[in-house]
Amino acid sequence: MKDLGSETFLRFDNVKKSYDQKNLVVKGFDMDVKEGEFITLLGPSGSGKTTVLMMLAGFESVTSGDIAIGGKSINRTAPNKRNIGMVFQNYALFPHMTVAENLAYPLSVRKMPKAEIKERVAQYLALVELSEFGDRRPGQLSGGQKQRVALARAMIFQPSLILMDEPLGALDKNLREQMQFEITRLHKQIGFTVIYVTHDQTEALSMSDRIAVFNDGVVQQCAPPSELYERPVNAFVADFIGENNFVAGQVTQIKDGIAQVKTDAGLIAARAAEGLADGAACRVSIRPEKLFIHPTDHAHDNALTVTFNTRIYVGDFIRYYFKMPDGTDIIVKVLNDLSAPEFGDGAQAQLLSLTHDCTAFPAG
Amino acid sequence: MASMTQNLAPEDARNAAREVRKRRLQAFFFVVPLLVFLIFAFVAPIATMLYRSVHNPTVANLIPQTLAALEDWSGEGVPDDAVLIQFAADMKRMANDRTSGQLADEINRALPGMSSVTKSTARALRRVDDAEIAANGAAMLLEANARWGEAATWRAIRDAGPIYSSSYYLTSVDLERDRDGNIVQRDTQIYVQLYTKTLKMALIITGLTIVLGYPLAFFMAHASSSLANFLMVFVLLPFWTSLLVRTTAWIALLQTGGVVNSTLQWFGIIDDPLQLLYNEFSTILAMTHILLPFMVLPLYAVMRGIDSSYMRAAISMGSTPLGAWSKIYLPMSLPGLSAGALLVFIISIGYYITPALVGGTDGQMISNIIAFHMQVSNNWELAAALGSLLLVLILVLYWLFDRFVGTDNLKLG
Repeated sequence: MKDLGSETFLRFDNVKKSYDQKNLVVKGFDMDVKEGEFITLLGPSGSGKTTVLMMLAGFESVTSGDIAIGGKSINRTAPNKRNIGMVFQNYALFPHMTVAENLAYPLSVRKMPKAEIKERVAQYLALVELSEFGDRRPGQLSGGQKQRVALARAMIFQPSLILMDEPLGALDKNLREQMQFEITRLHKQIGFTVIYVTHDQTEALSMSDRIAVFNDGVVQQCAPPSELYERPVNAFVADFIGENNFVAGQVTQIKDGIAQVKTDAGLIAARAAEGLADGAACRVSIRPEKLFIHPTDHAHDNALTVTFNTRIYVGDFIRYYFKMPDGTDIIVKVLNDLSAPEFGDGAQAQLLSLTHDCTAFPAG
Repeated sequence: MASMTQNLAPEDARNAAREVRKRRLQAFFFVVPLLVFLIFAFVAPIATMLYRSVHNPTVANLIPQTLAALEDWSGEGVPDDAVLIQFAADMKRMANDRTSGQLADEINRALPGMSSVTKSTARALRRVDDAEIAANGAAMLLEANARWGEAATWRAIRDAGPIYSSSYYLTSVDLERDRDGNIVQRDTQIYVQLYTKTLKMALIITGLTIVLGYPLAFFMAHASSSLANFLMVFVLLPFWTSLLVRTTAWIALLQTGGVVNSTLQWFGIIDDPLQLLYNEFSTILAMTHILLPFMVLPLYAVMRGIDSSYMRAAISMGSTPLGAWSKIYLPMSLPGLSAGALLVFIISIGYYITPALVGGTDGQMISNIIAFHMQVSNNWELAAALGSLLLVLILVLYWLFDRFVGTDNLKLG
């Protein structure tokens, strides 16, 4: 990704951060962001993603490394001079100001003429569909409305970069989906660059151009959502993004990037992940929706013989729980249509899969 | 609601109403002990004080007949002999009842020096025959002391007569009635000056607690909770030591041979000890120390609730840290600031013990003069009038505060 060169708008170069002078919270973060990209930093809490965001905003200092915008280092730029818009999880709308005053704040700080401020505020209120609410106080708005005001306030001074720190974390599920759509719409319409922090993977998958998956201060993988989901580079990413089955086995042969894995329930041909050695113990990840129960019309390369345990009716699909011979669970998601099979207690079943849907990772 | 009750069956409505009544009654029982306590300890004393400030029946009870006789007097020259004889008879009775001292105090308040005159006259008349007084009382009175022949003396007695009087309030604001009943300035101006000084000192103390307390509360609100708790102990420490001990500690520090003076002298910064104690300076210093927790606690409580993201949001939008503080943080911390300021100001306006101990003559506040009138000069009526004025002053200030800052902007923790 380093070869984007001139296109690079924001660059993190081996950025490290330590709070206690002993342990690194962020252990060498590299990333190049193009103008207009929607980048999500995804990871469990404490993985360092918020720290990266705070360093970018200037509220935390960079222990070592460099953050540059447009080729110029901003390590020593004061946070108020960085021209970065920010949206907070608690919205951070000023409670003693009306919605319009909240929006006007960044403009009046920039000493924009009054008439122009008024015009711009009206324009951005219309943009987030809150034209009627200019005179209200934040306390009189619903959660979704507050979030829209916070978005408008972060965009109104037209920063080239907008940071969002778990902006939808406080909203309920329906509202969250609505706001995801809203943010995507504004991003497309206006074209600013977004660095978005979340621990919610659905949110990350549905909104981002690229996702950087953080764990333990290190980026595990930085890739577009589909690549992250289909071709995780390691077991952490495979496990963290979406649901996954892990089948323990032993590599018998690796050829052209395809590993033959011997498991208790049968042989699996799987894509070999980096670091996988011939003869070593491994774990094969297979997504529950990529497994099919025999008999099926789907093409398949591998078959596993397992025992039926139970099935759970979810609604649009049905989850089947099978037991591997070693006692571990293996889950299959089947669309709730006529093909959903019935099993008796302890019945044997064949689970089929394609080689390119299976990935073998080194065990441990 | 009206449409809802219409849909309710009468029985249901009755049941619902009964439930509401029951709940209200229960809630009322919870506050009954406090209510009773407040009526006995707060409402009743204040009502008594207000009543007392205008009600003084002492003279009217002691010499009712003399006062009745004085009603016809013009106010010029010596009253008729009949009045003097009646007064002489009253004096004899009071001398034997041992109540003449009360009258002496009352007259002395209006006319200094009359206390000894009254007492000596009472002594002279104690053993005289009733018939003798009836025949010769006027001459005996004048013989006992020449001041009974002065119009001013009789005016003082007449003016002390009414049971209800506004004179104590007039005195509280340094006014009095002249001979014609016009309200004029008193010769000695004490109380207005003292009220002004009390207000000024309360303002200075409030200002100082803000200057010291605001940064401390800000630091504590943004420190880790273990450090904040540790600092909180230091803020609360004054609360845990006796007020008397704390005040005496200031005496030990500030007196002429005290810690501060001897240290400064030892370093050769000053040659002669500074007068640090028994003046306004020491009063303000000690009271600022004592009242600081009242400022820090509400401020800290409010600041603790202000998320750091507000300041960060303002700064990310291009505001300087100072600008963000004044436009965002200060208005958000205002409820704590005004609550603290109001607490400190109102407490310090009525403060007594510290000015009494370290104030000397310079550092006296209005409550000290109220205590003086209650304990030393025995003028409870004037003390009550001064106290009532202080109460009115505080209520006015609270009203102003509500008008300009708003009590809904108040957060006491």
